[in-house]
Parts: sequence; structure tokens; C-alpha cells
Amino acid sequence: MSDNESGEAGFHSPDDAGWYDLFSRGARDWLRHNEKVRDAVRQHLPQIVAGADVLSGGASTVRVPVRMLEHYRFKLRNSNEQQGVGQGQAKPGDRIGRPQQESEQQRGQGGNEEGGIQYTLEFRIDDIVDWLWEEMQLPNLEAKAGKAKEDDWTREGWDRRGARSRLDRRRSLKESIKRRGVQSASGAESPSFTDDDLRYRQLSKREQPAMQAVVILLLDVSGSMGERERQISKTFFFWAIQGLRRQYRHLDLVFVAHTSEAWEFQEEEFFRVTGTGGTVASAGLKKVHEIIDARYSPSQYNVYLFYASDGENFPSDQPQAHAALDELIGDCNYAGFLEVAPLAGHAPDSEIGKLFLNLAEGTDNVGAFRVSGTDDIWGAVKHFFAQS
Amino acid sequence: MTDWQKQISQIEALARSVGLKYHPVEFEVVPESFMTEIAIYGLPVRMPHWSFGVRYIYQLIQHRMGLSRLFEVVFPGNPGRAYLAKTNSAAENVLVTAHVLGHADFSANNMLFRHSQAQVGEHIVEQAAAHARQIGMAIEEHGLQRVESVLDAALSLEQHIDVDLALRRERYPENVPERAPLSEDEFSRRFAALGPDTARPHTGGPAKRAPIPPHPEKDLLWFIAHYAPEMEPWERDIFLAVREESFYFYPVFACQIMNEGWASYWHARLLREADFLPQSAYVDAIKCHSDVVRPTASGENVALSTNPYHLGFSIWEKIIEQHGLEHARKIMCEDDDFSFVRNHLTLDLATELQLFRFKGPANGTLTVQESNLSALHDALLAPKYGFGAPTVSASHVHVDGKLELVHDHITDGRGLDPDRGRKVLEYIARVWRRPVTLTTVNNDHNTMEISVMPELKLA
Repeated sequence: MSDNESGEAGFHSPDDAGWYDLFSRGARDWLRHNEKVRDAVRQHLPQIVAGADVLSGGASTVRVPVRMLEHYRFKLRNSNEQQGVGQGQAKPGDRIGRPQQESEQQRGQGGNEEGGIQYTLEFRIDDIVDWLWEEMQLPNLEAKAGKAKEDDWTREGWDRRGARSRLDRRRSLKESIKRRGVQSASGAESPSFTDDDLRYRQLSKREQPAMQAVVILLLDVSGSMGERERQISKTFFFWAIQGLRRQYRHLDLVFVAHTSEAWEFQEEEFFRVTGTGGTVASAGLKKVHEIIDARYSPSQYNVYLFYASDGENFPSDQPQAHAALDELIGDCNYAGFLEVAPLAGHAPDSEIGKLFLNLAEGTDNVGAFRVSGTDDIWGAVKHFFAQS
Repeated sequence: MTDWQKQISQIEALARSVGLKYHPVEFEVVPESFMTEIAIYGLPVRMPHWSFGVRYIYQLIQHRMGLSRLFEVVFPGNPGRAYLAKTNSAAENVLVTAHVLGHADFSANNMLFRHSQAQVGEHIVEQAAAHARQIGMAIEEHGLQRVESVLDAALSLEQHIDVDLALRRERYPENVPERAPLSEDEFSRRFAALGPDTARPHTGGPAKRAPIPPHPEKDLLWFIAHYAPEMEPWERDIFLAVREESFYFYPVFACQIMNEGWASYWHARLLREADFLPQSAYVDAIKCHSDVVRPTASGENVALSTNPYHLGFSIWEKIIEQHGLEHARKIMCEDDDFSFVRNHLTLDLATELQLFRFKGPANGTLTVQESNLSALHDALLAPKYGFGAPTVSASHVHVDGKLELVHDHITDGRGLDPDRGRKVLEYIARVWRRPVTLTTVNNDHNTMEISVMPELKLA
């Protein structure tokens, strides 16, 4: 090899090849793999929503165990017999157990074998909410009178002066092309950009109809609601709130819990509240009504009620509950009942559930849905918020 | 200039004086991370695909467990390119340089390598980089998802080429003369599987329109690229790029035992004869040599695998000892692993190397078998047949465009894994854009068919 005789030509030292350290194709393709896993996981939102322990608080991410994807190839069926060539001191007839380590090593080889490594991907709760709420909204939302208008900045037109951050590059380029077209046609010298080409986006205030809304979450915390039922209800509320906040900027949330009495809570306390005692649904419904009367006039607010309970109301309270609900429905854009009961099927069957179902027959602003386990939470969110 | 850089030319002069004939080799020292990637992609710059990312992570994990270390990777060509790990010690680099020259000699003279380079060209590193660029441009133009789904299909069929036919093939003739039908016996079936029989006399009747394919087609990459009913030109280019790289990879795969053995023989011999090396460097390098070519089990131990370096090295030493270097060079030029192992791994040598054949239930205790040379050969070579992939051919395209694939379960001994088979058909259906079916057998050796419809796409 003549190159080497003459000196350093013919090979490269590591120092002049720094780019190797700057870019890893393996890492790039690994990230792409993870993206695909994320997409695949996204198809399983219901399980994530159900499995995530989001209520313990503070966490902004959810960890989901996943398997590596396999790039499939044609392969023979697993044989119930194996054979091969080994090496070492062994006589015909010797019996050998397959050493553990070796089989693990072999699994790793080629990277496409079965029994791939399991690992954990972290998902931001924000992202999950984004996916969850892509197709959802509050039902029956209307513009309301009263504190009716609200100002909003919108884009409107262009100006030659403005803040640098609002420079519209596409528009500026168009202006430059126009000017150069004119100038070169007239034979003049045409610089590629001048200050006169620059265009800035302008903002203007515009009045928008108000979409003020209040969402009242009513939770039954009586003795008959076990730990599991409360967990399911709260998880449902958690995802509902996350989405509502995302979708609507001006949204009031009211948290009410009841046993045979009812109390209003702050958000943090609400998710930790437990109680004992019997179920008197009318107490909760009346409390909700009081709050609406006092603070959220239906003429100014879109009012939403979501009520989670096992629905086992005291029989003696049924007439009052019926009356209180009737009264309340008139004020609500939508009232939804989440029946948490360990029975299959999604049609409510409890005392309260039946009340809601009866009302639902005549109108589209009442709904009821039964969940029996965490897997149904996704179904409930969809039932109440999916765009119709 | 380091000692190693000075020694390169001395080692090269020595190599040429003992008869190695090779194209010039360019050496490049690269970080270990880059070595890892070369090993994973098989080429220094190669098309992006998520499956490489999976291998990358496996490799990192393995590496952390200390299971593998790469000293060098060589790419045949003119000039050949050798990448050496930055972490190699000076002594290791002396050995590695000699080893690289052994590989360069092998790939410049071995028939399979020469045949492949005559077709693919002598600049695979640059060609693969050009493919990567071409695919990068396709991603910009058509989007990552569309390109990825073409690559999903092409790379999963990577091994399904026909190396006995040319890289650049003509389409099938449109018409064929009518021939007497074959009789239906076992011999005729196997004979027909060899390909079109141009010598068989035809009946003299009028030429008729040839079915597509006229005979079972093993080269699925080629067949799909040329006969898919609605494949777009850029998709076809991706298939052909993957296929070209497969033609390059085949000799590397089919000569691994010979090639690694040859390089190991030469690094050992060149080191022995390199009187210009300081004694300490020689001792370090020879230590490294014995690590590389050591048997998988030593002393009382038993291993359930073999080390191709050790196996190849031992066969070459025996050949050269018994028949001389000239004869060995002739074998190096003409053989591949199949003929090399069958012709030169003798019963004596197998006994000396303590090779044994084992058999047993899938997850149970294995039993060492009676020594039987041809069964031992078969067991060693079984994973290498058909580029290491099951024998699947395209057998028929229906008038409505439906593609039929057939698995030759008789040759392979059992059927295909149906779940994986279905997934591969799904990949294929996305580029074939018509239904695809595959015939194989189930666990009881009864015929079974797997069918996949293309996904409906709204334009």
C-alpha cells in the first residue's frame, strides 16, 4: 500500500473525526422506536387512564410498562426439539442441562427474539389529556347573556412596524419578491431585502360572546361507597377536570361531597375526603342547588353537574331526591350520573340511577352511565364528553 | 506518528512477501460507540429504521454486561475500509492490522466475494451511504410513515433474495413456448424448484402467455419491486436498495467460518514472523490472539455453541499443515462455508476439537449424540442455509392482483410461525396493495393458509 510509505495518508486519526461523537444513528433509530411505542400505547389510552395512580398527587407523569417492538420476519415454528453443535469434554449419551446464562445471552442476540426486554416509558399527564380530549367537549354549551362579552386579542392585518417577535416572514418574503419584480422590470438594482419589505402581524381587541361555565362535581362519600368505588369516582373526576380545564379557559369548578349531609370542598381536600354514614341524595342535590342560586345564575352560566355514587339511596329519601333533581335539571345544561357499582353492563340500575334514566328519556341534557371497574373510566369520559 | 502507524507498512510488506494479495486498505480509528453502530447496521452509514434502534439497545445492554467487544470491522472493496476501535491497545492494534489484511486477502480472492463485488461494485460503504441519502430524501418528500412502511416490508424480506441469479435481472419473458407437463413425482418437484428448465423440449405448440411468476420465485425483493400492481417508483427504489445491500451481505454471511479462520490464521502467522516487533508487543498481541480464537469451552467445561474463529482457524491450520499453503489458497478462492466444513472438517479434527452434536426437547435436558460426521456437518451448517431464512417463494399472481406465497415446509422440516408470518404479510400487503396469502403447514403438518387484505386507504 503505497500511501502509507509516503506518510500519513491512507488512515485517519480519531482527532479529525469528531462528528462520530456528535451523532448516534443508533440513538436516533431508538428514539424513533420509542415514538412508535408511544403511538401504540396511545391506542390503549383506556388502560392507561384506568391504571394510572394519578390521585396520589404531585406526579406530572404516568409510567407505563411496555415491551420492545419486534420487526417481524418469516421464521419457522418453534420446534419441540432442539439440536446443535457444542464443544468441550462430552461423551455420547452425556446429559446436559441448558445453563441459564447462556439461554439469556441467546435471547439477546439478533435483537428480534421473543421475550424482549420490558421497560418503562413516561407519559406526561398533559399529553394524555391532550389525546383524551382531542374529540371531546362539554355538551350543550351556549353563549350566555349577562357579563356577556369578554375581550380577546386576535390577529388582524399587517403593519410595517411592530415587535420583532411578530415578524411575518412569509409575508415579508412575498413583499420582497413583489418589489424585486417591479424593480428588475424597470432595470433598477434590487437588493434582496429592505426594511420596507418587512411586515409585522397586528393584534386587535375583539369582543367575544362569553362561554362562562361552572362544573359541579358531586361525590357520594357515604359508608356504602367503599375505597374502590371512591377511587373510581375520583379518577373519573380527575380526568374530566383535566380535560375541562384544557378546553375551557374560564371554567369554575365546584366540589361537593355528601353523606346524609353535604359540604363544599376545595379541590385538594375533595380528592382526599372520606366519610361515614347513610346516603341521602337529596342533601347533596339541595346543596348544589343552593350554590347555583347563590353564585351561578343560569342566565349567566352554563351549569354542569356530574354526580358519582353507588346510587343506593335511603328509600325514604327517594321522593325528596326526585323533587330536588327535577328542580335542579331546569338550571343545568347537562346533568350526568356516574353509577359506581360492581355489576357488568353500562345501564344504571340503582335508585338514583333510575331517576336519572327516567329524566333522560325526555331530554338530551341528562345522562347516566355505570362503571364497574377502573377499565370503564375511559368509557365514562367518552359517554359524557364525546362530541355528538 | 504512533508506533502502530509505522508498523502498518511493515506488516503490509511482510504480508505481501508471504503471498497475500489484496486491494489497498484504508484504516480509520473510531470511537467505540461508532464501532457498535457499524456492527448493528452492518455498514458505517446505512438507511434509518427503528428496528436498528432495538438492536442498538440490546447491544448497549450486552456491552454493559461485558459480553462483547469489537476490535475491528472490515469492508471489502477497492480500497477496502477497516475501522479500528479507539480503545484498542497498541499491541491489540498490531494484531488487528494483521487480521484485517487476512480479511482483505480473503475478500479480494474468494469467489463468492468477487462475484458479489462484480455485481454490487467495489464501494459498498459509499453505495450504502448513497442509499441512506436517497431514503432521507424520500422521507422529506413522502413523509416518514410512508417510507417506514416500505422499509418495514423490504427489511423484513432482507434475506429473501436469489444469490444464484444476477443482481440486475431482466423481467420474465411475456410468452413461453408450451412444454410437456412435468410428471408429479418427488424428483420432478425438487427439480422444478431449481428454477426454469430451459433445456426441456417443448411440444411445438404456439407460444402462450407466461404465468407470473413462470416458476416459484425466491427473490421476493426483486419480484415485489418489479411485479407489485401499484408500487410507486420511489418505493421500488427502496426495495432495490435493500436488495443490493443484501447481495453485498450474503458472502459475508456464507463465508463467516472460513473468513474469520483465514484472518485469524494470518494474524497469528504474521505476528510470528514479524521480527521488527518488540518482544513485549509480540507477547501482548499473541495473548490477544489466544483470547479471540479460544474454544468456547476449555478444560472440563462444556459449551452449547462453537466459536467460528476457533473452528475456522483450526481447519485452516490443519489444511496448511497437511497440504501446504498453495492448496489452502486454492480452497480459500473456491469454497464457501458449506463446502469448507463438509470437505475439511474431518472426523479426526472434530474429535480433536471436542465438537459434539446434542439433541433434546425444547426446554429440557439435552443429550450428547453418537459421533456422526455428516450429521455434525448438517447441524453446524443448518442455520446458514437460505441466508438463514425459511424457504418462501412467490408462486402466483392472480388476475385480480392477489399474491400467493408458498413456504417449502418439506425443505425446512416444519411450518412457519403463523403470527410472525401474518405480520410479514401485513408489511407486504401495504406495498403490494392487493391481498397476499401464504401457504405453510401447522404443527400437525396439515396445510394452512394465512391471508391478509391490504388496508383500505382513503385518498
